[in-house]
Amino acid sequence: MVNFIIRRILHTVPVLFGVVVITFILMYMIPGDPVVSMVGERYDEATIHKLRKELHLDDSLPRQFVRYVGNVVRGDFGKSFITGGSVSEELLRKFPNTMMLAVASMIIAIITGLTMGIISSLKPQSILDKITMLFALVGISAPVFWVGLMLVLFVGVYLQWLPPTGFGGIEHIILPAIALGLRSAAYLARLTRATMLEVLNQDYIRTARMKMLPEWKVILKHGFPNILIPIITVIGTDFGSYLSGAVLIESIFGWPGIGRYALEAILKRDFPVIQGTVLFMALMFILANLIVDIFYGIVDPRMRIEGKNG
Amino acid sequence: MVNSRTRRSTVFSKLIRDKSSILGIIIIAIIVLAGIFAPVIAPMNPYTQVLEFRNQKPGFTGDIILFRLKPNLPVQTIAVTSIINTGEMVQYQDQLGRVFEIEKTRLEGVKEKDWHKKHRYWLGTDNFGRDVLSRLLYGARISLSVGLCASTLSLLIGIILGAVSGYYGGVLETFIMRFTDIMFGFPTLLFLIGITAAFEPTLTVVFFAIGCVSWPGMARLMRGQVAGMKEREFIKVCEVLGFSRSRILLKHILPNCFAPMIVTYTLGIAGAIMAEASLSFLGLGAQPPTPSWGIMINAGKDFIHTAPWVSIIPGIAIASTVIGFNLMGDGLRDVLDPSMKK
Repeated sequence: MVNFIIRRILHTVPVLFGVVVITFILMYMIPGDPVVSMVGERYDEATIHKLRKELHLDDSLPRQFVRYVGNVVRGDFGKSFITGGSVSEELLRKFPNTMMLAVASMIIAIITGLTMGIISSLKPQSILDKITMLFALVGISAPVFWVGLMLVLFVGVYLQWLPPTGFGGIEHIILPAIALGLRSAAYLARLTRATMLEVLNQDYIRTARMKMLPEWKVILKHGFPNILIPIITVIGTDFGSYLSGAVLIESIFGWPGIGRYALEAILKRDFPVIQGTVLFMALMFILANLIVDIFYGIVDPRMRIEGKNG
Repeated sequence: MVNSRTRRSTVFSKLIRDKSSILGIIIIAIIVLAGIFAPVIAPMNPYTQVLEFRNQKPGFTGDIILFRLKPNLPVQTIAVTSIINTGEMVQYQDQLGRVFEIEKTRLEGVKEKDWHKKHRYWLGTDNFGRDVLSRLLYGARISLSVGLCASTLSLLIGIILGAVSGYYGGVLETFIMRFTDIMFGFPTLLFLIGITAAFEPTLTVVFFAIGCVSWPGMARLMRGQVAGMKEREFIKVCEVLGFSRSRILLKHILPNCFAPMIVTYTLGIAGAIMAEASLSFLGLGAQPPTPSWGIMINAGKDFIHTAPWVSIIPGIAIASTVIGFNLMGDGLRDVLDPSMKK
């Protein structure tokens, strides 16, 4: 088991390295001189020269890359062109907000998705099942940012049940969390229904029913645990993508997380911040996937062997 | 080998027996037709602004006259309440009740119905007094073309990388698959935002970016398909017969791997349409005044209290298009590959 975990962690090292390379290259693909965009249009040769030297931009590319990797490993993601503040400090300050939103969205998604999925799997082709599947289809297909806007409009502005945007108490987190979690909820409802239908056809469920166990016990004690693996995969990867910044939702609801931070940096063309946030978000995403994989290995011993071959 | 024509016809007949796939096909057909015939069916030019008619409700009717200040300048519009045709000149009354005159030569077209329009805005107007319905119809072109192009690009990359690594194996496979892992390491939307931020955001950049970011899933699927197919008996026979490797790959393996790829491709179009809309919404895709659905939602966002239809309507369009492709993709999956059925 320990072997498996170590192997899995080692497996992410080349991926991490590749991610660092790509974020580094991304900065070099950007047209224009970063120093010029840093000091603005009014500049003189002397300042430019000084800044280029300070930022080591005249070094050879491999040298710059080594320095960049060194800084990243030490947790230094550079400084913002605009505010001059440390990118890593700002990320750490904003990350808890993103985390909070991600957790709230996932709770909503799990509760609604699993409940709807299980209920509709009990009576396939019933009206309730059809409504659930329609909800799932719309939830998967509607653009997240549009759902967010509609929630702002209908719940926040027309009904005035909740504040449309802003940050603060628990009432502020509900709307963005619903908007963000809807897609996962829809997907989970589909997946739960499909896997549950499969499981309920298995022999051990028939056996449990023949033992005259009450139906809820059959479903929850014998059926449910067997659908957990695919469901936890979805929860894990979706959670990973929420942690890596819900750029759209955070900007619509004015949520001060890393997603909005990244978007603001992009609109202001603040390159070190863009580079830092992209890297940070990718790290979060990889970490979440790593945890899901390790969890797989714990729950399902077959995965451990498969990992050896792959 | 299965006779491909019979197979194709069974796929089609099975597909049209499934109610939800039919619904999907109908939705896609409507949107494709709307896009193709936008210049014919759109009641107005999607760029024409009538500033007097800003943020008007769906169903609003207004009179406008179209004219050009100089023959080489674009057509302009004025909202009028009444006109009097006096031969050489046309007298009109504007929204404030002031009366003006304009030479007939400056008016657009010859007949009165060319330059004087009593226009009904079925879906209302936006913040620049543009017809939302016309913009919506033209927007279908953008969504569909980006969706198709980007998804085709990622299909091509996916097929090439997947087939090469699945068939030839070895160092090449390790290298390609590690690269795929790295690409999977980035959350898709974030990666797209990064790329479009690095370049000047245009529609071409968006289509290339989406195509270049969404292939890893296709490559993995293709690799699995090819690797599995390689072990099949009929391929072994080809090898014994001494066929060249490229001939085996291109003529015997690839044609048999397409079923699951078509499913992924169809679902990929839905994903690409969504990605384009998201980028445009963030201001990182096509730029205003292009009538992209994402841009329309973004433009309506600031007037959501007074003119909510400007944002609501394009969102419904995006959702319906994506639903169409999802339904068709699910239907194709059930027909082509029952083992993938979920």
